[in-house]
Amino acid sequence: MGKTLAEKVWDEHVVRSVDGEPDLLFIDLHLIHEVTSPQAFDGLRLAGRQVRRPDLTLATEDHNVPTLDWDKPIADPVSRTQVETMRRNAEEFGVRLHPLGDIEQGIVHVVGPQLGLTQPGMTIVCGDSHTSTHGAFGAIAFGIGTSEVEHVLATQTLPQAKPKTMSVTINGSLPEGVTGKDMVLALITHAGTGGGQGYIVEYRGQAIEELSMEGRMTVCNMSIEWGAKAGMIAPDQVTFDYIEGRPEAPKGADWDAAVEHWKTLRTDDDAVFDKEIVLEASTMTPFVTWGTNPGQGVPLGANVPGPEDFEDSQDQIAAENALRYMGLEAGTPMRDIKVDTVFVGSCTNGRIEDLRLAAQIIEGHRVAADTRMLVVPGSARVRLQAEAEGLDVVFKQAGAEWRGAGCSMCLGMNPDTLSAGERSASTSNRNFEGRQGKGGRTHLVSVPVAAATAIRGTLSSPADLQTVGSN
Amino acid sequence: MEKFTTHTGVGVPLRRSNVDTDQIIPAEYLKRVTRTGFEDGLFAAWRNDATFVLNNEAYAGGSVLVAGPDFGTGSSREHAVWALQNYGFKAVISPRFGDIFRGNSGKAGLVAAQVDEKVVQRIWDLLDEQPGATVTVDLESRTVRAGEGIDAIEDSFDIDDYTRWRLLEGLDDIGITLSHDADISAFEATRPSWKPVTQHAS
Repeated sequence: MGKTLAEKVWDEHVVRSVDGEPDLLFIDLHLIHEVTSPQAFDGLRLAGRQVRRPDLTLATEDHNVPTLDWDKPIADPVSRTQVETMRRNAEEFGVRLHPLGDIEQGIVHVVGPQLGLTQPGMTIVCGDSHTSTHGAFGAIAFGIGTSEVEHVLATQTLPQAKPKTMSVTINGSLPEGVTGKDMVLALITHAGTGGGQGYIVEYRGQAIEELSMEGRMTVCNMSIEWGAKAGMIAPDQVTFDYIEGRPEAPKGADWDAAVEHWKTLRTDDDAVFDKEIVLEASTMTPFVTWGTNPGQGVPLGANVPGPEDFEDSQDQIAAENALRYMGLEAGTPMRDIKVDTVFVGSCTNGRIEDLRLAAQIIEGHRVAADTRMLVVPGSARVRLQAEAEGLDVVFKQAGAEWRGAGCSMCLGMNPDTLSAGERSASTSNRNFEGRQGKGGRTHLVSVPVAAATAIRGTLSSPADLQTVGSN
Repeated sequence: MEKFTTHTGVGVPLRRSNVDTDQIIPAEYLKRVTRTGFEDGLFAAWRNDATFVLNNEAYAGGSVLVAGPDFGTGSSREHAVWALQNYGFKAVISPRFGDIFRGNSGKAGLVAAQVDEKVVQRIWDLLDEQPGATVTVDLESRTVRAGEGIDAIEDSFDIDDYTRWRLLEGLDDIGITLSHDADISAFEATRPSWKPVTQHAS
């Protein structure tokens, strides 16, 4: 029997395999940031251990950095201490760090692919659940906790029980204006927040193959939101073209050897998945969330559901709680929901293609009078690229705020937060209670929906703008 | 890590599903660089509500949290496990856990006991009727127990063999792996030269 893509990559990284114990997996790349690493470095110091492979480790500052005045010392003393701790640890243990102000600084999941460090067939971990993003290149990539960060620092390996495999096949082509984000939001609502639990998921089918690398990263990024261990997509010419020429990509004969190997990273025809889901792309429409977990979503054209729309009693209670928290009434058309803040950014949708798409829709319009729009590039390089293309000017002329790179309002750890009761349309990945600020209310949306919503002030898609434009 | 064999303590019913790690500890508390002192951040937003279960004196000193399905989903923050432990919890019972949370629990010494949803429902009902009642999480026999007499609840729970063994023995995971150092070195010697590195010899 053949192997799935996940099984091939897994098997290539088994250092040790014994019955009754988890496999010991070698880790090709360990990404680090300031929030989940300090206690891990402390652990190393306490035990008198070193970082085994600094040359397979990369650190950046993203979660807890300001996006305004980022060239000045960090104002919040607790945040400043955390960032300074990252810098001291990197120095002491010889880890390469791209700090705030460095041209390669940015969200860890934007930086890896941008540098060409993220490549097919690798194992990649980071103390961040959205590490699944890197699976878009055909890597096994997953988030880990701080104890595991310490484990990888000390050993460059992780004991891991082999997950089951699942295929999510998305047939057909996405209609115009519908994105990878809409696709994955629809999938999560379909499968539920625990639907992927225990599986490495392989996304496949025509609609996946037709996505750009950025779109594929958006889909894989959200794998954790339906509980999957990891999400991956088989590498193809789109993948190879994206990697070729990047600073850390293989060169010359190494490139040829790498591509030759990468081409073998496909699920064999006779391989069997433990579970399969099949969806059709051509009927998908812009998809948004109404509740407080990423599985509480509906098409933009639908109404806010009520508890009675759910069969399971836990889902009914969850819907009741969510409606109360979100300040919504069942039956309200999603398009009637007024939004205070639009956030474009994050490891889900903060790459250059996302900013281009947002700018294209915003150009020639104004952000609605009582709505604010925050555009936060995923990395310093994305910011510079956008500025070189004049996208910042488009955003600023429309009345949006143009910021420095980081995680920003996705998790509201830095000063970019919602206040209590404030409602956002956000291109990020989580609509949990208080995620973007205490009492804040989040609707997860695609980039086109975010941009159209900023202009109209209510949840909208670009198709709704035609009537605005004629005014 | 301390050995865990069995624990009996006041059960706290958390009648919620999809309790994500942002609820267990909000991001504003993650700026600290220590492993202790996170108890003030535990369920910080919900604790502002006077009716929240942790504000009910009857459950004071609770050490076994009994939660709905999909507990600990979302962010990988191990601070969620530390906050529960810093507050005094030794075990969490739920029909299903977020993967990363469950892994973090096993590393940090918090027992994540996965039981049938009906069992959680019965323990919830018992803890509502008899606030302050204790729940036992017995790792050796893999059972949860609560209540007495004909209403007594006893059922098995799921936890993977390897994690159970490590918790029972109180073993440090890194120490175990480092005993396989030769295997790691042998593997490293076979890696293709075109695999990327983050540092280059100058």
